[in-house]
Amino acid sequence: MSGQELGLAVAVFLACSVEAVEALTIVLAVGATRSWRSAFAGVGAATVVLAALVAALGPALTALPIGVLRVAVGGLLLIFGLQWLRKAILRAAGLKAVHDEAAIFAEESQAARAAALEQGAFDGYSFTVAFKGVLLEGLEVAFIVLTFGANQHHIGIAAAAAAAAVVVVVLAGAAARAPLSRVPENTLKFGVGIMLTAFGTFWGAEGAGASWPGGDAALLVLIPALAIFAITTVAILRRASAGGSGIAEVVKA
Amino acid sequence: MTKLKAAALAVWDFVVGDDWLVALGVAVAIAVTALVADSAVAAWWVLPVAVVALLLDSLRRAARR
Repeated sequence: MSGQELGLAVAVFLACSVEAVEALTIVLAVGATRSWRSAFAGVGAATVVLAALVAALGPALTALPIGVLRVAVGGLLLIFGLQWLRKAILRAAGLKAVHDEAAIFAEESQAARAAALEQGAFDGYSFTVAFKGVLLEGLEVAFIVLTFGANQHHIGIAAAAAAAAVVVVVLAGAAARAPLSRVPENTLKFGVGIMLTAFGTFWGAEGAGASWPGGDAALLVLIPALAIFAITTVAILRRASAGGSGIAEVVKA
Repeated sequence: MTKLKAAALAVWDFVVGDDWLVALGVAVAIAVTALVADSAVAAWWVLPVAVVALLLDSLRRAARR
């Protein structure tokens, strides 16, 4: 496996892990408080819809000219990556509440209990919530796999990395029997934000006609450089926050 | 709210996120990269510079809220 293939696998694995954690939290919440059977039915139905969508969209994406694909995918990844990175930096600097899976689990459980349990064996509420959660997060996983995979013509590697991420998260959830609050999600999102931003920058520029010094090896500089920049920004924001300086002034400076 | 409007909002939220200026900035930066790449000047540096500027600006606005 080449360095770029390994980078692709790691980026897809990390990004899909985050989505899988979010979907699992929702399914666990409605399953534990309402109906496991109906929640699993929702997961199954969402999986079927996802498979149909991927089958329909996959060939269309791979048939696009590589330059167009790189600009479109690079731009989207860059937008996603910057949003993730911004939130992760704000959370790491203590300026935004940390995404708490335990709190989300409690909220979902309370909402599930509050909704009246329907008569009969099938619970429509559990089915719907699990279906929506898995479909939404699954779409994001499918998007990551198709775009990363199609861009480098390695859909197989991307799909395998995504499948591994889902299996690892589900096994971790089953072992912990809890909403995976032990998974340091913000750390994961920080890393994913850096990877998405780096790949988005690389492909976006290539698609627009730029040539990177060193070719694909430029990614090996881009990723650590972005990480150093993000970590330094967190440190500066933390110091400013502790020192009572206005954050806006520090960033502005 | 109609289902169509809700779907459009969901797509907007999915693609653009909660800071539309970042999305706009990325689109402009890619366009500038294409323009520079058409000239004799190297264009690879445009996006990294834009990423740093957009991230710092977005953080500054988020911190002000």
